[in-house]
Amino acid sequence: MTLFRPNWQALLSLLATLYSLTAVPFTATMNGSSSYLVIALLLLGAIGSMLRLSAMLEIAILVVSSLGAAALLIGGLTDATGTANAGYFAGLTAAWLLGWRLVTVLSGDGRNLGTLSSLLVPTLFGIWVLILWEAIVRGTGIPFVLLPPPSAIAVRVTTSTSILMADFNQTVLKAVLFGYIVGSLTGFIVAILADRYRFLANGLLPVGNMASALPMIGVAPVMVIWFGFDWQSKAAVVVVMTFFPMLVNTIAGLASAGEMERDLMRTYASTRWQSLFKLRLPAAMPFIFNALKINSTLALIGAIVAEFFGTPVVGMGFRISTEVGRMNLDMVWAEIALAAVVGSLFYGALALLERAVTFWHPSYRR
Amino acid sequence: MTDHSFIKHRLFPVGTILLAIVAIWYAFVVPMNAPFQRDLDRRAGVTSTTAEFLVKTMTQPKPTLPAPHQVAANLWKNTLMVKPWSKRSLIYHSWITLSATLLGFAMGTALGVAIAIGIVHIPALDRSFLPWIITSQTIPIIAVAPMIIVLMSSIGITGLLPKALISTYLSFFPVAVGMVKGLRSPDVLHLDMMRTYSATPMQTLWKLRLPASMPFFFASMKVAVAASLIGAIVGELPTGAVAGIGSKLLAGSYYSQTIDVFAALIAGSVVAILLVTAVDVIGRIVSIRMGAKTP
Repeated sequence: MTLFRPNWQALLSLLATLYSLTAVPFTATMNGSSSYLVIALLLLGAIGSMLRLSAMLEIAILVVSSLGAAALLIGGLTDATGTANAGYFAGLTAAWLLGWRLVTVLSGDGRNLGTLSSLLVPTLFGIWVLILWEAIVRGTGIPFVLLPPPSAIAVRVTTSTSILMADFNQTVLKAVLFGYIVGSLTGFIVAILADRYRFLANGLLPVGNMASALPMIGVAPVMVIWFGFDWQSKAAVVVVMTFFPMLVNTIAGLASAGEMERDLMRTYASTRWQSLFKLRLPAAMPFIFNALKINSTLALIGAIVAEFFGTPVVGMGFRISTEVGRMNLDMVWAEIALAAVVGSLFYGALALLERAVTFWHPSYRR
Repeated sequence: MTDHSFIKHRLFPVGTILLAIVAIWYAFVVPMNAPFQRDLDRRAGVTSTTAEFLVKTMTQPKPTLPAPHQVAANLWKNTLMVKPWSKRSLIYHSWITLSATLLGFAMGTALGVAIAIGIVHIPALDRSFLPWIITSQTIPIIAVAPMIIVLMSSIGITGLLPKALISTYLSFFPVAVGMVKGLRSPDVLHLDMMRTYSATPMQTLWKLRLPASMPFFFASMKVAVAASLIGAIVGELPTGAVAGIGSKLLAGSYYSQTIDVFAALIAGSVVAILLVTAVDVIGRIVSIRMGAKTP
């Protein structure tokens, strides 16, 4: 048992750090001492992670060294866009490798950290995507019209909150919500009807399955012609898009209750409605929630794309298509970030609701 | 016996539903086109009998809702009566969209499989990347489409590739998620057996994990191929592309050519059905060749 425990991420990181020593200072405005501080941090992390330390200490060293070095490197780009040299990127690579090492340690020895690590690891990954995006875009001076750095997008989000809120109101609160509720509800009701009349189900299921694969988004121009430019046409597109997944999933879900349970209901002399409400609808819940989740994404896509076909001068899809034309890419990314947050929250809320409703399902058993 | 039940449980109900859809469609044509027709008649000073009026609502050049036979006539004219490679042919436009779809689908599938293999073999990737793949499915990715198209055209890349990239983007998620499930589907017993044979991870992948993942692979490819068609169509919208099903939709909506829009929609649906069926048939052939019982 030696004191050393080499790993390839730390070794590569060490090599990259040594290379970056040849190119101090890293950027036009970064002074030598902060460049050396970065190198010192990286050396600390690389060597620290190769020593036989306790997992907690190694994690602490890696967090401080990788994130600290990254913060200093990004800070060194102030007023120095596009002036980063090869040493800068070697340092960045070294920091990223240490970040990878950190994730490896967390996922390998992370069992004792439990849920904390299962949240921490993806968060670190997200942070690193942002760090690399920011540092590479600003370090190499990629033109703003191609890809704005995350910091510029964040600034745009805070300065144009009112526009974003207006677009959110138009697209999400009016078109998506209305269309989602009406579309899912109609699909559900037709599925209940189809369940009552076997013939209808036999006919609708293949048609619905096929329709789920069709590019339903294509009805958008028709709906704009029928219902005008405002949110009603977008809601109609969402209704059409969300109807079939709900129909197909609910029909499949209602058929999913086991033969034994159905026989049991029959021996209880339960009526059709009793059996539906007490056995088959609860059994169909995982399927229904699956459809609700699929629909949450489809609804946002439908509303945004329908706005490409004509809209009043407000709405997320409208903003995206016009600001792209005006090369205001930070605004486009701000809308995308908004869409991402809305989509994730929508999905997350559904997942929580599903957990509360289908708590009995085996996939939630511990 | 089986033929009889196929007719009774498949063909007859599905046929009835399709007929009902056409009937409902016709039933809606008259009331939806009537206001405009009444307007036309009033301006022309014509008073038509009910029968004449009904015929007129179904023969407008730019109806609000085209009658099925108008759409069928348009399809007939634009597929069979013109050369397939002429700009008026829907076959030509479908081919433009189909080529972008196929290229994007191939790239997306390859990328999805590669990511899945990485996730299954590298724990750090599994813990850090997989949650983001699942989160990214909740994001309306299509919102990025116009940006990709415009950006790529600003650096000089136009035509097939930008559309194919959107298709790639849409299709790699289902494949990656499905393949992670599929590659993890082998029994622990089987994995242990590979270990007793002292198989390398490569051998385990090739001889156990990949064959076991085939049902998942084809199921997720069906979703992915539909998604990549949507990607290709949406990719044709923002730049006002000159060819493809998406451009037909956009042009039709600009000039209120509803018949053209419906014909393009049906062309897109036919392409979708062909693609999904092709994946399905290949999946069946593969599963039979791998020794599955014929259903």
